[in-house]
Amino acid sequence: MFDKFKEWYTNRHDYAKDWKKRKGGKVLGYFCTYVPEELLVAADILPVRILGSHEAQDVTEPHIFGMFCPFCRDCLAQGLKGRYDYINGIMISQSCLHIRQTYNSWVKHIPQEFSYYLYMPHGVQTPHAYPFLHGELEVFKNALEKWIGHPISDKDIDRGIEIVNKNRQLMKQVYEFRKQEEPPLTGLEAMYMVVSSQMVDKEEHNRALEEVLKELPNRKLNRNTGTRLMILGSEDDDTEFVEMLESLDSTLVVDDHCTGTRYFWNEVEPQEDRLAAIAARYIDRPPCPSKDWPERKRFPHILQLAKDYNVQGALVIQQKFCDPHELDMPALRKMLEENGIPTYFLEFDVTVPIGQFKTRVEAFLETFALPDLF
Amino acid sequence: MAEIKYQTKPLDIWNEGKALRQQYYENYAKAHEKGGIRWAGGAWAYSAVPAGLGDDVWSLTGEPYGASVAFDKKFAARCHEAIEAKGFARDLCAYLRNYLGSIVLDEYVFGGKFPKPDFQWTTHICCSHAKWYQIASELEGGTPLFCIDVSTGLYQDFDERRREYVVNQLLDGINWLEKITGRDYDDEKLIQAVYNECEATSLWAEICAMNKTIPAPLDEKTMYSLYVFGTIMKHRPEAVAFYRKLRDEVQVRVDNKIAAVGNEQRRVITDTQPPWGFLEVFRYLESYGVVSVGSLYTFSLIGAWEVKDDGTWGPKTTPQEQGIDITTRRQALEILADWTHARPEWQHFYSAQKKSDMMLRIVREWQVDGVLLHYNRGCEGLSLNIAENRLAFKEAGVPVLPFEGNMGDEREFDLERTKKAVDSFLELLGVK
Repeated sequence: MFDKFKEWYTNRHDYAKDWKKRKGGKVLGYFCTYVPEELLVAADILPVRILGSHEAQDVTEPHIFGMFCPFCRDCLAQGLKGRYDYINGIMISQSCLHIRQTYNSWVKHIPQEFSYYLYMPHGVQTPHAYPFLHGELEVFKNALEKWIGHPISDKDIDRGIEIVNKNRQLMKQVYEFRKQEEPPLTGLEAMYMVVSSQMVDKEEHNRALEEVLKELPNRKLNRNTGTRLMILGSEDDDTEFVEMLESLDSTLVVDDHCTGTRYFWNEVEPQEDRLAAIAARYIDRPPCPSKDWPERKRFPHILQLAKDYNVQGALVIQQKFCDPHELDMPALRKMLEENGIPTYFLEFDVTVPIGQFKTRVEAFLETFALPDLF
Repeated sequence: MAEIKYQTKPLDIWNEGKALRQQYYENYAKAHEKGGIRWAGGAWAYSAVPAGLGDDVWSLTGEPYGASVAFDKKFAARCHEAIEAKGFARDLCAYLRNYLGSIVLDEYVFGGKFPKPDFQWTTHICCSHAKWYQIASELEGGTPLFCIDVSTGLYQDFDERRREYVVNQLLDGINWLEKITGRDYDDEKLIQAVYNECEATSLWAEICAMNKTIPAPLDEKTMYSLYVFGTIMKHRPEAVAFYRKLRDEVQVRVDNKIAAVGNEQRRVITDTQPPWGFLEVFRYLESYGVVSVGSLYTFSLIGAWEVKDDGTWGPKTTPQEQGIDITTRRQALEILADWTHARPEWQHFYSAQKKSDMMLRIVREWQVDGVLLHYNRGCEGLSLNIAENRLAFKEAGVPVLPFEGNMGDEREFDLERTKKAVDSFLELLGVK
C-alpha cells in the first residue's frame, strides 16, 4: 500500500527526470521546508527538496568546514556528484546557517538558470513578520514570473494552494490512523509518505494518498505495536534507522521533524490576498527551533502530539552539530520527562552505526518493560 | 629574527583603554547600588535603544564577556563543564557556553557573583543569538527577554519595506522597555545615542583604514583590545571620546612612521575571532617580521564602512557629517537600522561571495601578502562559508593558511600543531 511512496523516495531522480519529460515543466531544487511550494505549484514547477543519500563522501571538504552538520554536507555532495543534474533552478528559504552554506556553494559551483534566496524571517513571533513575509513573497513571485516568462494569476495561486493544502489534509488523515491502539501503518511507512511528498508532483501524491485512505481502515499489520514512540529533532530521513527501531517491538506513532509533521501540519487559510494567506501559513506553522523564540511555542505543540498519539517514550535525535536543536534539547527533554514521557538522545551523522544504535535503543525500550517484571 | 627597520613604541592611550574597559564592567556589576539598570544581550544588539531609559543603564554584551572568560582558560574550562553538565552540547558557540556557564556557576569573570540583568535585549542574525538569551533567561528564573529579528538579507536589498520590519520591532521594543522598567522613555537620549554610535563605529573604521600605511601603526593583537569598546558601549559618549583620541594618536604614528612591529616585512590578515587563550601566535609571527594588520572581523564586526569616491574603503559618513538633524524617535530608529544593516560583517550571513570580495579588497588595499583563516569551531556564525573564502583566495593567487581551533574552548586548539603550520606558511612568505 505504501510501496509507491517508497519507490518515489528511492528513485527520486528517475521520477523527476520522467516528470520533466511527461510535463515539459521546470524542476526547482530547494532547501528547507519554509519554501512556499504553493507558488511553485501555481507556476507549474516541480519543487524537489534536496536531501542527502546517507553515503560516505569526500567531495564537500573543500567547500564546507567540518564543524557544520552532516546533512548540509551530504546535500551538497549530491549536487557536486551531479545527481541533481536535471534541476533547472535552486532556492532556499532562510533557515539555519548550516544549510545556507549548501545553497551558497551550490550556486557558485553548480550553475543554474535560476537561483533564489528567500528572506524568510526568523522572528515569526512578532506581528511584523506577516507583512514582511508578504512582501518577500511578492518579490519572489515577481522573480518566478520573470523566470518562467509569464504571470502567475490569482487563479493559478488558488490552484497551488488547493493542491498543497489537499496534500496536507490527506497526510493528516493518514496520521490520524496512527492514533489507533494498533496503528495500521508503521513509522517507516509514514516517513516514506511524507518525504516522498517533498519530491513528487503533489497531484500524483494526492491520488496515491486517496488510494491509501480507501484501504487503510481495513488494514491490519501482522506485527505487535509494542512501545509507542515519538521521534523529535533535526531533519531525518534515515529509513534504515527507523526500520531497525520498529523491528524491536516498538512503533513510531508520531514525530516532530521537517520530514514529518512540521512539513504539513497546518494549512493555508484562504484570504482575498493570496500572498498574505500563504505568508500566514509559514509564519504560523510548527516552528523549526531556529525560529522558536522568545517563547518556546514548539514545546506545547509537541506535548499535545505526545498526548494525542498516546506516546510512551520519545527519541530525541539530532544531526551532529545542529545548533538550533542542540539549543532546544535540554529544555525539551526536561519538559517531556516532567510530563511522564521518558526520552532518549541519539546523534545522527551521514551514516548511522546501526549496530551500536540498536544496542542503545534496545536498552531504552527495555526500561518500558521493567514494571512488568516486578 | 628580522631586522628592525622602523621605530616603535606602545600606545600612549593603552592604559586609558584598559581602565575604561574595567570601569565599564564594574559599572554594570554595581549598577543596582546606584539605582541603575542592567541589561544583557549580544554585542550586535541595538544598544542605543535602551539608552533612552537613562544614563544609568549599563549592558553586559555576551560575546566580549565570553572572550574575557576564554582568556582565563581555567575559568573557561569550568564554565564549559558546568553548562555541558546541564545537557548542552560542547560544539555550541564557545562564547555562549562561557556565558551560560558563568550563570550556572554564579561567578562573574571580573570577580563576585554573576550579576543578573534586569532584562535581555538582543538581535538575532546567527542561529545562536536569540536562543542564547532564551536559555539565559530560563537559567536566571525568567528574566524578561526581547529579541529583534535582523535577518533581512543583504544590505543592497535593505529597502524601505525591510527597514520598516526592523524599525517596527524596535518601536515595539521601546514600549516593552517602558513596561518592564516602569521608566519613561527619553527620545533625546535615544537620538544622542544614535549620533554616538554612528560616530564611534565610523571612527573605528577610520582608525583601521590608517593601517593601510606601511609600516602598520597597529597590529591586530593590539586592535583586539581597542575594538572592544564598539562591542560593549558603541552608543556611549565614552566610546566616542576614546576613539577620537585613539584616531589622533594613530595619525601621529602614521605621520612619523611609528610601527606596531619594528621589523615589519610581511603583512597578513586573519579571519574570525582568534583563539583568545593563545594570542601568542601573533607574537610568534611578529618574531619573523610578519604583522597581522587586521581582518574583516576586526575592521567590521563593529566598524562602519563605505566605498569612497576613489573606489577604496573608508569610514562611513555619519549623519552629523551629512548635516542630518534627527528630531523624532522614528527617524532615529530608521537611521540606526540603516546604519546597522550596512555592517560589512553582516553580509556574509547571506553570501559567501560577498565575504570573499570584501576580504580580497582588504588584501589589495591594505597591501597584504597572505591570509590566515581561523576555522573556528567556537563560532559557526563567523566561520560560515569560510572554506569557500579559502577557495576564493586560492583562485586569486593569495597565499592562505587555514588552521583549526576554537575562540573560547582551549580543548579544541593545538598550539604546537598550529605553530608548525605557521612555520610552513612563514617559509611560503619567504621570511623563514
